[in-house]
Amino acid sequence: MYKNKTIYLDHSATTPVDKAVLKAMLPYFSRIYGNPSSIHNFGQTASIAVSRARKNIAEFLNCEAKEIIFTSGATEADNLAVFGVVNALSKSNQGKKLHVITSAIEHPAVLEPFRKLEEEGIEVTYLPVGKNGAVNLETFKKALKNNTVFVSIMYVNSEVGSIQPIREIGEIIKKINQDRAGENNKNKIYFHTDAVQALNFLNCGVKYLGVDLLSLSGHKIYGPKGVGVLAVKAGTPISGVQLGGHHENNLRSGTLNVPGIAGLGEAIKICGKNKEKNNRNILKLRNEFVARARRLIPEIIINTDIKNSTPSHANISFVGAEGEAILIALDLEGIAVSTGSACASASLKASPVLKAMGVKDEIAHSTIRFTFGRNNTKAEIGAVLKILPPLIKKLRRMAPKL
Amino acid sequence: MQYSKKVIEHFRNPHNQGLIKNADAIGQVGNLSCGDIMKIYLKISENKKGEEIIKDIKFETLGCAAAISVSSALTVMAKGKTLVEAMEITKDQIVKNLGGLPPVKVHCSMLGVEALHQAIEKYNKSHN
Repeated sequence: MYKNKTIYLDHSATTPVDKAVLKAMLPYFSRIYGNPSSIHNFGQTASIAVSRARKNIAEFLNCEAKEIIFTSGATEADNLAVFGVVNALSKSNQGKKLHVITSAIEHPAVLEPFRKLEEEGIEVTYLPVGKNGAVNLETFKKALKNNTVFVSIMYVNSEVGSIQPIREIGEIIKKINQDRAGENNKNKIYFHTDAVQALNFLNCGVKYLGVDLLSLSGHKIYGPKGVGVLAVKAGTPISGVQLGGHHENNLRSGTLNVPGIAGLGEAIKICGKNKEKNNRNILKLRNEFVARARRLIPEIIINTDIKNSTPSHANISFVGAEGEAILIALDLEGIAVSTGSACASASLKASPVLKAMGVKDEIAHSTIRFTFGRNNTKAEIGAVLKILPPLIKKLRRMAPKL
Repeated sequence: MQYSKKVIEHFRNPHNQGLIKNADAIGQVGNLSCGDIMKIYLKISENKKGEEIIKDIKFETLGCAAAISVSSALTVMAKGKTLVEAMEITKDQIVKNLGGLPPVKVHCSMLGVEALHQAIEKYNKSHN
């Protein structure tokens, strides 16, 4: 262990709550505890915190405060986006066969709702990705049909960090919507992006991207777990999924998580303020880590396309060693990472994302995802690179020669 | 940590890891769903009663921490046993010996047993 300290390189899984964020949350547990839906003073005081957070988030996303729907996290936001929009469109297009598009590398929070829609008779196209882990624009254009009404593509893939061409897709959709309006085709295409992994690093302005809906989560941006947002552009047809109250314009019933929302509002403010500086530092660390790992460890494959990824990600296959064993060995040294290996998943299946990128099973099994964050240091990278090469060598030596 | 202390001990310092150059029998099994491959090498001799025993046993494993620990524990359990006794080692005994395994990892212990059985069966075929 490095100076008896643990090293956290799993920022794509979650991030530590920033001290300023925690401070912003603390008053809303037992001191200012009112329900923001209540009209008395207790409630209204809590409601001020919610409004402030809503404003911060709207500023970050360059949209209106009333377009922010608070949820329990990105999984709920994704479910609401997919089911909410497609259910509303199905209702207004009764009897017509609708077509929707997503990608093969989406988070299960998007993929599984799409599979459910497919079961219900909606036609779904799952766009393939290239070796670089990104959707190709030509492939996207070819997938479009006259009855395409909804598209959901993630902004950044969580496993390899590949950036998807959201703005370009947004432009294509805008053009089609203009053409359709001219042709009297009433169907518009609505565009959703899961931006969870992009928030720390990229421009997430909804107008810049040309998206109608955008999901985000608190705990990936040094905020709390259990809170997220679906931004919904005014005029987008959408019906609520969780019913039983009238919160969030009837789109998301349930008492608002005031401390979580206050924390998310503060986290997103900090995220916007330090974006460029953090980007530079993290990029430097990641690139140095990858370059030195290449020199120190033979036969490694870098699955992250360094030129088209967020600065946080380094997804590396250590061929001849198994990913879960590497993860456990690193964990015993106090280093936290994650793996795309089947042996670490409950399903015992290798990462579908790597598979979609054309990575062979035996290589996917040897994959480790390092995700760097704003608190990582050069000394930590050095410590990991001291521990990693002999550890890989030891595991490779244990394996039978094939 | 999802693993018991015993599993971690075996994973950190595996016993009988390596290969036997002129082994009397070798067993190898692989599992495509998980990508694990286990190879068991045996050196056989006779005890005073004239029974065939496992004089030496080594393993090579490509697999997760559980797969490596199972291989290590299995070789410790099998070493010195007669072939008849070694054939009677069960996956439950290995899991118990290791202080338990996460349910999803239990199939790793099956692979270890299979590799050992395969090696012994091969030996029996070529010597009887």
